[in-house]
Amino acid sequence: MTDTATDRARVAASPRYASRRRNNFIAKTLAYAATAFGLGWLVLILGVLVYEGVGGLSLAVFTENTPPPGAAGGLLNAIMGSLVMTVLAVLLGTPIGILAGTYLAEYGRHDRLSTVVRFINDILLSAPSIVIGLFVYEILVAPMGHFSGYAGAVALAVIVIPVVVRTTEDMLTLVPDTLREAAASIGLPRAHMILRIAYRAARAGIVTGVLLAIARISGETAPLLFTALNNQFFSLNMNAPMPSLPVVIFQFALSPYEEWQKLAWTGALLITVTVLTLSIVARSLTGRKQS
Amino acid sequence: MSEVALNSTTIGSDEAASRASVLRRLRRTDLFFHGLTRTAAIAVLVLLSGIILSLVIGASPALRTFGLSFVFDEVWNPVTEKFGALAPIYGTLVTSIIAMVIAVPVGLMIAFFLTELCPKALRRPIAIAIELLAGIPSIIYGIWGLFVFAPFLQKYVQPFLIDGFEKVPVLSSLFEGPPYGIGMLTAGLILAVMVLPFITAISRDVFDAVPPVLKEAAYGVGCTTWEVFRYVILPYTRVGVIGGCMLGLGRALGETMAVTFVIGNAHKISASILQPGTTISASIANEFTEAVGDLYTSSLVALGLILFFITFVVLSIARYMLLRIQRRLG
Repeated sequence: MTDTATDRARVAASPRYASRRRNNFIAKTLAYAATAFGLGWLVLILGVLVYEGVGGLSLAVFTENTPPPGAAGGLLNAIMGSLVMTVLAVLLGTPIGILAGTYLAEYGRHDRLSTVVRFINDILLSAPSIVIGLFVYEILVAPMGHFSGYAGAVALAVIVIPVVVRTTEDMLTLVPDTLREAAASIGLPRAHMILRIAYRAARAGIVTGVLLAIARISGETAPLLFTALNNQFFSLNMNAPMPSLPVVIFQFALSPYEEWQKLAWTGALLITVTVLTLSIVARSLTGRKQS
Repeated sequence: MSEVALNSTTIGSDEAASRASVLRRLRRTDLFFHGLTRTAAIAVLVLLSGIILSLVIGASPALRTFGLSFVFDEVWNPVTEKFGALAPIYGTLVTSIIAMVIAVPVGLMIAFFLTELCPKALRRPIAIAIELLAGIPSIIYGIWGLFVFAPFLQKYVQPFLIDGFEKVPVLSSLFEGPPYGIGMLTAGLILAVMVLPFITAISRDVFDAVPPVLKEAAYGVGCTTWEVFRYVILPYTRVGVIGGCMLGLGRALGETMAVTFVIGNAHKISASILQPGTTISASIANEFTEAVGDLYTSSLVALGLILFFITFVVLSIARYMLLRIQRRLG
């Protein structure tokens, strides 16, 4: 019989055990470092953004239009353009997205069409947004002969659809089947079950999807570059080129004028605050539902 | 029960008729709604085919003029109307590779931290903070990269890299030339931060889904935390982790605005990653509205088609792998 205490001591002293402990220590340290690295970037980016952007925040940002080089001004036309195009894009994309998500979760849960649509939708979800800009250019801008706010809104809607499809399907799948069976047992047709019961049960989740979609498109620049283009003036004419906050930031940041660069930072701060607020609100909506 | 049975036997013909009409109406709305949702689902397919079709049509003049050499030609000259996609394709691949080399190990280590080391109370806040990195719009990364990160690299990192690798045989050409600040390395580093949250989120999900019995058994025979991760969790979830990385790669390949700011937009292939270059998406973003002539525009659309093809393949593989791990983990 060996003594366990001396046995343990012998193991602890062996070089193999020491090296395993060392590796474990190194790996853990690296894991802590990696997390600090990731969080550090977030702090750095947000910190610089606040530092550079807050100074330019004033009422004029919201009441004046983008200035010519060398003059003071605001971002009113860009903010309005972004708002109008975002609203139209959500109005266009959300119904299609919710209906398609409904088909995937309710009618065709396991049929072949759903499998294909699910796969394609996931690809659209991560497809490069600049390609979507090219697509809308080819189908709208080129035939119409000019850039327009409509084209910008359609490009954004194409980005909205896959986000909404995905969350709608996920949230409807979470609705317990017993609810569906109960509805069927009192003779409710499927359409009524979906409209009156499933949608109601999944409402918070579906709203989350729409909010996430808005967060996603409010920072999108690439698909607007050659659909809505830009406009120096205030314009609500959707049939003409339309300014948007991201495109104005892009143009102003790359310009040599200091006033423009300053406005670009302010605009960047506005967008980031909007997007992060939206995604945190969206998260808290579903978070409450799950707990 | 008996009441229902009784009712049904005493129904008059009038009642039966109205009941039938109500049933017909319900049936019609149901069919209509079924058809409506089905149409919307098909619309998603139409959307993708529309994207591919419009790109193919838009790209055909360029592809007809240059043929296959479009993909293998480095020349990009709007004046003589000679266009080749090799430099943007090269830039896209190199920046994405740099991004993956950094983001994959870091992303996995963060997921390791979140699932195995982090105190329970901190898990959700830290995970959300990392995911917020994915929420920051790419233009913000761009402006930040151009005004803050590029000058920092130019001043403190690149001179050090150039001097440090001067005497190393192969690596010296990789870190050659003046420190511009902007360039392929800068773009790759920013891409790394941008795809990090995607890799972390998916790895964390699959790590969390490993049956606790497996981990407990490994701890039971005396494995260290690292050994449990390295020899139990990682092999068990390999397919999912690769899927997550491919998803991140898909993002990196197609990322536009952040790269456009810091890549330098130079249509050339340099061995040194400190030199400016271009990517497919940056070329399109920079040049499309200024492109004069059908051939120029068409060449840019052809670039878009190539990009879409590459990301389509990468994302398909990613989805396939994630489907496999989902089935396995239930």
